[in-house]
Amino acid sequence: MLIDFFAAVGDVLSSESTYINGALFAALLAFAATGEWVAERSGTLNISVEGMLLSGAFAGALGYHLAESVAVGLVFGAVGGLVIAAVQAEMSHRLTADQFVVGLTLNILIVGLTGFLDREIDPRADYASEVEIPILVDVPLFGKALFGEPWPFYLLYGLVPLSWWLVYRTRWGLELRAAGENPQSADVSGIDVNRRRRQSIYYAGLTSGLGGAYFLFARLATFDDSVIGGQGFIAIAAVIFGGWTLWGTMAGCVLFAGALSFQLSLQGLGYELNTELLQALPYLVTIGAMAIFARWVRPPAALARPFIRGLK
Amino acid sequence: MLYALSVAVALALSSVIVEATGGDWWPVVEALVDGSIKAPGRWGETLGVAAPLLLVALGTVISAKAGLINIGQEGQLLVGAAVAVYFSFLIGGPGPLNVVVLLLFGALGGAVWASLAGLLRFWRGVPEVLSTLLLVFVATQAVGYGLKWQWLLLADEASRGNRNLVSEQLATDNRIPRPDVFGNEFPVTAYVALALALAVAYVLARTVWGFRLRMLGHNPRAAQRSGVSSTTYGATALAIGGAFAGLAGAAMLAGGGFSFGNYRLVPGFSDNIGWTGLLVALMARERALPAVVAAFVFAGLRTGAGFVNSTGVESRITDVVQGLLVLALLVPPAVIFLRDRRRARAAATERV
Repeated sequence: MLIDFFAAVGDVLSSESTYINGALFAALLAFAATGEWVAERSGTLNISVEGMLLSGAFAGALGYHLAESVAVGLVFGAVGGLVIAAVQAEMSHRLTADQFVVGLTLNILIVGLTGFLDREIDPRADYASEVEIPILVDVPLFGKALFGEPWPFYLLYGLVPLSWWLVYRTRWGLELRAAGENPQSADVSGIDVNRRRRQSIYYAGLTSGLGGAYFLFARLATFDDSVIGGQGFIAIAAVIFGGWTLWGTMAGCVLFAGALSFQLSLQGLGYELNTELLQALPYLVTIGAMAIFARWVRPPAALARPFIRGLK
Repeated sequence: MLYALSVAVALALSSVIVEATGGDWWPVVEALVDGSIKAPGRWGETLGVAAPLLLVALGTVISAKAGLINIGQEGQLLVGAAVAVYFSFLIGGPGPLNVVVLLLFGALGGAVWASLAGLLRFWRGVPEVLSTLLLVFVATQAVGYGLKWQWLLLADEASRGNRNLVSEQLATDNRIPRPDVFGNEFPVTAYVALALALAVAYVLARTVWGFRLRMLGHNPRAAQRSGVSSTTYGATALAIGGAFAGLAGAAMLAGGGFSFGNYRLVPGFSDNIGWTGLLVALMARERALPAVVAAFVFAGLRTGAGFVNSTGVESRITDVVQGLLVLALLVPPAVIFLRDRRRARAAATERV
């Protein structure tokens, strides 16, 4: 029994497709989680990231349908994410509506809307072409996974460091973090707290929209309203798991995507296993990590607390 | 006025979406009204959906009053239903008694699931917003696992027919009665939910316990100073919130009829009732009595959706209508709030 298990793990770890699948899911999570991380640092728990991904995927398909070009599809995807972000940001951080109501509603709304439009329009997309980086792609096992991907994948290599730089090395980022930690003080020192929060949600919409479109062009090529299937919530889990640091978040993405692709590969190789446990793993690991580290790693102090000047 | 305007905008937007894709919007509206109220037997159906929504919303109101953001009702509901099924078949008492057992274990299951978040919150300091959300997905997988094994929830081969992953069907005398009122039948849980709404409103507004809970929500520090333990009261409020969600799950199972798994636990049993119930509570601005109205409206949109398909327009449009309506109903209170503040501030500066 145990030997079987190790044999299975060995098989999975030595198959290249595990790494390719893992990179695919990790990239989807990373696109979403990067933006979500920025949003959470500004103190807003942007629960509509699931909707942003789905909207991005649908808009990406629509873009390809209209222009026959992956690049146009990606732009559409980003816009699709931004539309959701606009509703979320303006309603919860300008009109002071409850951010969870807005987010949950948007998630339901977008599943319905994209499902509806998909039946009516039925956009067709295609796979993005793969770009191989010479030499590096020949590294055994994970060379193809990291350096032989559909080209939108490589956007991540720029996006993640850019996000880090924006949040930690610019004035904008400092103000954003102040809005997330102590909005009252930030407000007194002249920062428009809700404006920073809105901007951070727009950023999340941009990256998640790109992520949704990337996923569409890298894996599916046809849209379906179940394509995202809760990955947005896993991205939120990754941010929490990472203790609200960017590198921790990325580690969470890799870990959770790894668990997912591990499960897929095991099934692909014909092993039986407890799929429920593996699917619950990201959430269990995150809850466990929070329970263990909650005393040391703390969320942005004003996370999920709305800021209205003069109240509280 | 503002409400009418923003609802009109939402409806107009939905009709534009329908028209733009080549449908007609008026039949859709008619179908929605028919399916939720007008057609024979439909408002009973709507009440049957409204009952669990209201129960979930009431639980949310209680935990929200204590200043806790519980967004995991979907999972608590599912766990409640699963625990209810498991124990009702394990104990298997005589009919009506077993219904009570079922409901009690449903509430217990939901309470335990919510208390996990409470435990993490007050023992380890994990924010309950995050843990309740994450526990939803754990609950889905856990119940899915249970439905794979006969010693847990799965029905034996003879009674599940050609379906996998379903639980045993509740026996007819283990179901909640659905009396017929003016040609509409709905489970008596609708009355129970209404009575509980009144009870919750009373307890929160008129009892010491409710007062302490509200104090904790409004100003934790002042509450702590006057002897309200945030741990005891907070954990209790969270557990009660979960109990209501679990009760809703058990009530759906035992009284839901065809719309909720037909007296069986099936994968995806919770069917967004938990999420929608949370929306009901938030729409009602965390007050028990307005939640009654909100629950009925949301239930109507759900039951009305069943009739939309016959108009040739994809029935998914009701999700869109529902979403747009919620967003539309969020705008007026926010606008009024901001306007009042601006006026108050203007008045204050004039006085100086």
